[in-house]
Amino acid sequence: MTPFTYARPADPAAAIRASADASQARYLGGGTNLVDLMRERVERPKTLLDVTRFSHAIEARADGGLMIGAAATNTAVAADRTVRERFPLLSRAILAGASGQIRNMATMAGNILQRTRCTYFYDEASRCNKREPGTGCDAIDGINRIHAILGASPSCVATHPSDMCVALAALDAIVHVEGPDGARSIPLVELHRLPGGHPDIDTVLRPHELITAVELPALPFARRAAYRKVRDRASYAFALVSVAAMLDVDGGRVRDVRIALGGVAHKPWRAFAAEAALRGQPATEASFAEAAAAELAEAAGLRDNAFKIELARRVIVATLYDLAGDAA
Amino acid sequence: MHYLINDKPVDVLADPRTSLLDMLRDHLGLMGAKKGCNQGACGACTVLVDGERINACLALAVQYEGRAITTVEGLSGGGDALHPLQEGFIEHDGFQCGYCTPGQLCSAVAMLDEVARGVPSAVTADLDASSIDLGSDELRERMSGNLCRCGAYNGIAAAITELHTKVPA
Repeated sequence: MTPFTYARPADPAAAIRASADASQARYLGGGTNLVDLMRERVERPKTLLDVTRFSHAIEARADGGLMIGAAATNTAVAADRTVRERFPLLSRAILAGASGQIRNMATMAGNILQRTRCTYFYDEASRCNKREPGTGCDAIDGINRIHAILGASPSCVATHPSDMCVALAALDAIVHVEGPDGARSIPLVELHRLPGGHPDIDTVLRPHELITAVELPALPFARRAAYRKVRDRASYAFALVSVAAMLDVDGGRVRDVRIALGGVAHKPWRAFAAEAALRGQPATEASFAEAAAAELAEAAGLRDNAFKIELARRVIVATLYDLAGDAA
Repeated sequence: MHYLINDKPVDVLADPRTSLLDMLRDHLGLMGAKKGCNQGACGACTVLVDGERINACLALAVQYEGRAITTVEGLSGGGDALHPLQEGFIEHDGFQCGYCTPGQLCSAVAMLDEVARGVPSAVTADLDASSIDLGSDELRERMSGNLCRCGAYNGIAAAITELHTKVPA
């Protein structure tokens, strides 16, 4: 690890000022990813600003929504009674990820801003455009079982590893940030970037901007939810493919639906095409299959991960079929 | 930096790069918590912070300043007495080489507390339920952050189950 200065700013405003004043500062959440990246010399901040003592609050709003402080731990959010009652998808997705120990450490904002688990990104001896822009990508022709099938570029085929963010994408979560130029809010689905020619830039956050809270707007059918994750072992592994879905069926037809995919792209992948294909259609396996096909029309496989296209299709259909229950 | 470690106040001077695990082992001589993978994958370094389990290898010591840390050395409250779970591990052959054992013990103690508090897991069928039934699937899912290369899992699970049954939540 390269040497750094550790500081514990008093509040978000002080943290943002400290970040702007320091060179190469990073905000520190639970550290479960950043500390590892620093040890591997992928990240070399000169200043760490500990933001874990900022808001942990999980505030239920009268309109059915929820506001979650950025420093709330993954365990606290997954176990929160209001989260479980109003947005069970979020609890399910968080609990599908990591281990008990890691969920106790990891924060909302840290989970969102965690970096890819592409092994070439962690290996200093490999070429990686995300770690060292312009050097190339050893994953494209390498071992790429866990890599992207949607939205990848010739520069990068890494995936965003979060389970929680897949639920947030489906739930239309809004990320509240503060920065040197004031506060703004960003839909979760627009926070993470596709790699394009700049895979070194994961999100649209501007320099020194700090995530302060995540808002979940009310969603009337959020309780009819499922998070289905397929991975190489039964627990404590990243997703090969995961599907977050919520379904509203009325009279045998899909009135509304939310679908997001994990493990398939550089960002949590909201399946807008599948949703559009499903609205108003009969809640049947045939409709679900058409919707999945619409979403995966542009999917492209690499040497080791082409199986994920068919896997994603099947998991989308199976998840929706289960959610439809007797209506299907 | 000041800590309460196994119920004793401790002051430590360490570089900010020092992990909680390295501070416990190298600065304080508490060799119970083990360095397995040093990247959060194996759980051998599991300790309790204010009663909650974490991976000490991924924790910067400085970030936990002022907190109460419990390692396997402090599980039984000190002295030569064993924690009931340690006795259970002996009784049920919950280890072979023993390297993962301190992490398994700390993790299991905190896990049982999570169950008592109703914290759900990925295999909890009903998120609205008020209590958790710690069956085999629940136990194994909740302990998946602790690997045992000797494969003593059945003994570990038996010891944890016995303690859980003896001390109902």
